[in-house]
Amino acid sequence: MAQAQGLGKRYIKAFFKGFFVAVPVTVTFLDRVACVARVEGASMQPSLNPGGRQASDVVLLNHWSIRNYDVQRGDIVSLVNSLYISRSPRNPEQKIIKRVIALEGDIIKTIGYKKKYVKVPHGHIWVEGDHHGHSFDSNAFGPVSLGLLHARATHILWPPQRWQKLEPMLPPERKPLRREQE
Amino acid sequence: MLRHALGKTFRFLGYTVQYGCIAHCAFEYLGGIVVCSGPSMEPTIQNSDIVFSENLSRHFYCIRKGDIVIVKSPNDPKSNICKRVIGLEGDKVCTSNPSDFLKSHSYVPKGHVWLEGDNLRNSTDSRCYGPVPYGLIRGRICLKIWPLNDFGFLDQKMLDKYLSLASEQFVICPFPFNAVA
Repeated sequence: MAQAQGLGKRYIKAFFKGFFVAVPVTVTFLDRVACVARVEGASMQPSLNPGGRQASDVVLLNHWSIRNYDVQRGDIVSLVNSLYISRSPRNPEQKIIKRVIALEGDIIKTIGYKKKYVKVPHGHIWVEGDHHGHSFDSNAFGPVSLGLLHARATHILWPPQRWQKLEPMLPPERKPLRREQE
Repeated sequence: MLRHALGKTFRFLGYTVQYGCIAHCAFEYLGGIVVCSGPSMEPTIQNSDIVFSENLSRHFYCIRKGDIVIVKSPNDPKSNICKRVIGLEGDKVCTSNPSDFLKSHSYVPKGHVWLEGDNLRNSTDSRCYGPVPYGLIRGRICLKIWPLNDFGFLDQKMLDKYLSLASEQFVICPFPFNAVA
């Protein structure tokens, strides 16, 4: 009887020890290194979700590569969606996934924004979805602060026939009119 | 001998990773100690004061008007700024200088907050760079730790300062600045 109790105590101790190692390490890994997410919506068609609602793509989000806020034009990134949507416990922070079109200092021509030409301010980026017209992006809410950058989408993981590495690809008609660094 | 040293190194690395991860979780989800620099929050927070900021309010969306928050700078994501929340989404805020004759007002857009430093003459805040997205807020300052003669929770101090500020604003700005919570 005493031996069974001793065994039970040891299991509990081992459980808590494992718990306090596994949970912080996992949480830190998912916050800082990489995580996986399902893409919803049609704003990035045809690059992501070409099949619509029947087959959502699952992408690998890489936090580590943007730890210094190092993005290029053409990258697909996920942002914290704090823009023009009320935050509440019922409506928690969602992430939006878009392509970076312009960096700070670039002058670009907008599609449907309140100003026809925009110079992207310091510390901001201009993002757009590939499916113009069906995309809630910088053409609606303007330049986005780099502090809202969440991760870079590097690979499509699911469905298996769409396994691929997502390369930075800037559509030629969306190139900036004047770049800051030439 | 070598295996013994290798074993020790791996154990050391293991502990470092484990405690590093616990530290990250604590700072990200609970709170941490912050050293404030700059004159923009005087007299509430002086230069080189040490304060404790808690990060739970941000995750539970309990940031209120009058809170002092730590925010990622909108123009430089690698630095943090410390300001007071003057308006939440939907509030009417005064965007002109107190010395201007014609007052201009605007409404804080959804998903944003309006920040101002307590030292209005010497503070770059939302009056310069506009409303700040809620997602940039890192934490809320609740306790001042150093200097020891000014130790204490900032809640009551905050409310007093905020009320005195709001009444000053009311005098300068003819329209009601915003409702005191």
